[in-house]
Amino acid sequence: MDHDLILLGHGSGGRLSHQLLDELIIPSLSGISVAGQNDAAVIAHDSGRLAFTTDSYVVDPIFFPGGNIGDLAVNGTVNDLAMMGATPRYISVGLIIEEGFSKKELAVILSAMREAADLAGVQIVTGDTKVVPKGKADRIFINTSGIGLFDHDLRINGCAARPGDKIIINGTIGDHGICVLATREGLDLQTVIESDTAALNGLVTELLKEGEALHVLRDPTRGGVATTLKEIAVQSGVTIKLQEADLPLKDAVKGVCAILGLDPLHVANEGKLLAIVAPEAAERVLERMRNHPCGVDAAIIGEVTQVSAGAVQMETTIGGLRAIDMLSGEQLPRIC
Amino acid sequence: MPIKRIRIDIEGIVQGVGFRPFIYRLANSHNLAGWVMNTPSGVVMEVEGAAKDVELFRCAIPEHAPPLALISSLLIKEITPCAESGFVIKESGGLGNEVQIAPDCDVCSDCLAELFDPSDRRYRYPFINCTNCGPRYTIIKGVPYDRGATTMSAFPMCGTCRNEYHDPNHRRFHAQPNACPVCGPVLTLLDGYGKKLAGTPLDTAISLLKEGRILAVKGLGGYHLAVDAANDEAVRELRRRKKRDEKPFAVMSPDLAAVAGYAVFDEMEKKLLSGVERPIVLLSKREGNRISPLVAPNNGYFGVMLPYTPLHHLLLRDNFNALVMTSGNLSNEPISYTDGEALERLGELADFFLIHNREIHTRTDDSIIRVFQGNPLFLRRSRGYVPRAISLPPISKNVLAVGAELKGTICLTKGNRAFLSQHIGDLQNAATLRSLEDTVCHLEQVLKIEPEVVAYDLHPDYLSTGFALDLKGVPKIGVQHHHAHMASCMAENRLEGEVIGVIFDGTGYGPDGTIWGGEFLVGGYAGAARKGHFRTLPLPGGDAAVREPYRMALSYLHSVFGAALFDLPLACIAHVTADQRKLFLKMLERGINSPLTSSCGRLFDAIAALIGLRTKVSYEGQAAIELEALAESVCCDDVYPCHITASEGKYLIDFSPMIRVMVEEMASEKPIAEIARCFHNTVAVATAEICGLIRGENGMDRVVLTGGVYQNKLLTEGVMDLLKKNGFQVFIHRLAPPNDAGIALGQAIIAGRSFPCV
Ligand SMILES: [Fe+3]
Ligand SMILES: [Mg+2]
Ligand SMILES: [Zn+2]
Ligand SMILES: [Zn+2]
Repeated sequence: MDHDLILLGHGSGGRLSHQLLDELIIPSLSGISVAGQNDAAVIAHDSGRLAFTTDSYVVDPIFFPGGNIGDLAVNGTVNDLAMMGATPRYISVGLIIEEGFSKKELAVILSAMREAADLAGVQIVTGDTKVVPKGKADRIFINTSGIGLFDHDLRINGCAARPGDKIIINGTIGDHGICVLATREGLDLQTVIESDTAALNGLVTELLKEGEALHVLRDPTRGGVATTLKEIAVQSGVTIKLQEADLPLKDAVKGVCAILGLDPLHVANEGKLLAIVAPEAAERVLERMRNHPCGVDAAIIGEVTQVSAGAVQMETTIGGLRAIDMLSGEQLPRIC
Repeated sequence: MPIKRIRIDIEGIVQGVGFRPFIYRLANSHNLAGWVMNTPSGVVMEVEGAAKDVELFRCAIPEHAPPLALISSLLIKEITPCAESGFVIKESGGLGNEVQIAPDCDVCSDCLAELFDPSDRRYRYPFINCTNCGPRYTIIKGVPYDRGATTMSAFPMCGTCRNEYHDPNHRRFHAQPNACPVCGPVLTLLDGYGKKLAGTPLDTAISLLKEGRILAVKGLGGYHLAVDAANDEAVRELRRRKKRDEKPFAVMSPDLAAVAGYAVFDEMEKKLLSGVERPIVLLSKREGNRISPLVAPNNGYFGVMLPYTPLHHLLLRDNFNALVMTSGNLSNEPISYTDGEALERLGELADFFLIHNREIHTRTDDSIIRVFQGNPLFLRRSRGYVPRAISLPPISKNVLAVGAELKGTICLTKGNRAFLSQHIGDLQNAATLRSLEDTVCHLEQVLKIEPEVVAYDLHPDYLSTGFALDLKGVPKIGVQHHHAHMASCMAENRLEGEVIGVIFDGTGYGPDGTIWGGEFLVGGYAGAARKGHFRTLPLPGGDAAVREPYRMALSYLHSVFGAALFDLPLACIAHVTADQRKLFLKMLERGINSPLTSSCGRLFDAIAALIGLRTKVSYEGQAAIELEALAESVCCDDVYPCHITASEGKYLIDFSPMIRVMVEEMASEKPIAEIARCFHNTVAVATAEICGLIRGENGMDRVVLTGGVYQNKLLTEGVMDLLKKNGFQVFIHRLAPPNDAGIALGQAIIAGRSFPCV
């Protein structure tokens, strides 16, 4: 493999992505370190703090059960702001369209964006459109940036997990990744698996009522729950211990993952958040989630166990303890 | 009579094994004057006396050296006599910088006699030992090796023991773990909740075992789980609790006579069984044996060992024909070795705990050996052998090699000596990774090695790779998996130059992004070129295909029959539901999570599944092990057809024609044992053919055979015979395991050689 070239794995959200960030992107663009490893940058200015983030969407296929690239692009940026504890307010939209793309499909995507923005309570305030020659892009790519404001003083941050904290997820894992894969590869599944794409800012508003007990919020998108928890464990300098038996997982997703040999912990989500909260608040947070439409299947999936350097472990259903790592780029077989 | 004085410098394992008292006694018995002392590199002595006596003394050293000593070099220099009188043991000169630590060792015959002598003060004392026997590596915390640096430091010697310890004429002179019932460690028996039981721990433990209970027994390098091997119910319960369905359990018997009742062994196997290292030796089962069939189901072998601690002798003698003694761990976790950890982790596995208060410092599993063509072949090289050095061809840097993932070991080098660590386990969880870190730390400390280079596998996901890459301030070298296998076999055979490497294993990361495992490499330590391999096929589901061999059968069948494969009347297909079939076809056609592999291990899996032997495995290598056993049960010389093609300077073996014939034979109900046998023949013939083609190009006639697949005797024999018949020189492993436990050794020499020798 040529180490001078960017590989697909560098965009996976897993270990290769982190390497590229640490070794090239962050050192080259030093200003970016404001964002650190969090979903959005929090900028202090005269009238208070604001959160700022950007994300590009290149999903293939662009239409899939449960959504399309348009609502995905809006929800993703809304969620990145919400995960900092900010209230998402303004969004920009950059479209890169391949020559020959259908106007009708564009219209469907745009209306999905508008609808998602309305649902999330954000305004699309600016944008840009470029068309590139056939073959220079794959149908349509979308970039969204967003600004969120704070109406509280809480510091929700990836480095705030503490031993004893509980880890809570708002629903089943792996739905989006398997949905997209099934659509792209034409897997003819008995049960259609829908993407979970959703704006989570409403749910976050509920959770913020817990105040100081809410330590970390993060959306486990690319790289899945495993990668996100690994990031948090490293940032907070703690060990995170999951219980395999407690992971919410749809049977259909479980079945497809089993045959494909994929680990649901590495599969992407687009409407999930991981909340790391003080133990005494755990049951209340769970209650709040379950009472919200985005959290009916919420579950406590593990806890922060001890202060040690960045380990994630899972107690498996057969009683062993498995080390959980980031997705390394591609899912490669590890057994010799 | 002429007087002569000589100076002898000895290196090797010569400290902590009774070497100086041995010299002392030897010098006195030959009426020689002089002295002996430990040095940073071993032992040095000067002796003076009648020339004839000096000569006899010199010859007696290697011949009568203490059993645990290992002399790696002996240098003699004649010097001027100085009319000295008397012989003394001098205090050590300097610290034991270069001294090699002895492995742990079985009870010697002298101690054993005392153990069962009612008049002896150590009668039935479970911690009896002397300079010639007992714990070493597992209790050593640091160097120099003396009592204070071992876990025996917690036990001040009583007057009697101290006298023995200081008496050069006593066989316990400087026996660091020396102890007796007055001053030494004691046994305790606990119930599953950690509560102490009344009564004599040993006697109660024996009755409990006889009742069929499961006991955790603290041994030398960790905890064993013990049950009566003749008791079906007990063995079944142990399997249930350990969540281990089929993987064979090792057994321990009091003596060879007991072993002979249920297994057959030859001279070499007998020698290994009764050697001081006390490995587990794989022995063919004897027909009509009385061991529970649940001990080693679907397997032609028992893994057998003889007692190696006084406690084992006391438990077994006159009480049991055989005890199951399996490592005390949860599946896939390291063996437990501290009391607290054992109680916590084995609490649900064991009914009772037979423990003692001598701490185990270094966790060390039992070694496992199979005899191949009259010589030992290591499947696991651990207790009894570690940390004995393996001599390497010269290298210029001290290396730390961290191994691969499965059967993890690490290797440290110093000069031309390689120290391959004990078995660490499969590096797939945090506990094993921590064990790897501890092992690196401990070995660096006791061997006084500061690595100048770190070597690791190229696989980006291996925890060992991550560990190596996180080390600061030392250059690191990634070594391709199969190149490391090849170098490992070359190094222990001390080969230089270039050879043909035929590396057959399960999986290893290939630099081209595919998974290698049926490889023909040409090269040496500096590098190797891929000159041939098995045709690559999708591995449907990655790791899942390793746990479920039928997936690989689907892959092979798909390569021959396409989508029509599901119409074939094969058992391995029957259980795949209609929905799953659709998914599998998509996976195979579109390559979804199906990396390409040239693995030989996966071919064995595919065949085992195809003939209906096994669709899923419950432990690594199970399908291949059962396929070999099946093949061994018949004789047949037939060979299946296969295609060998050359493209882009590489030879490819395509087994499609063989698959086609096998499917026909399955339809015509040919005995599957014969199919299994012919399959082994086919791989051997194809291998020899490729080696011939490579020799035709470059004239090379030395071949090294390495990789986990060579744990298979039948295949190794087949390949060796054909190669030798064709005039090749064939080299296999004798010192390091052919499987991934030997990888670290190969990584070490490659890294050590990547810097110019100064
Ligand atoms: Fe290997
Ligand atoms: Mg994002
Ligand atoms: Zn002894
Ligand atoms: Zn004593």
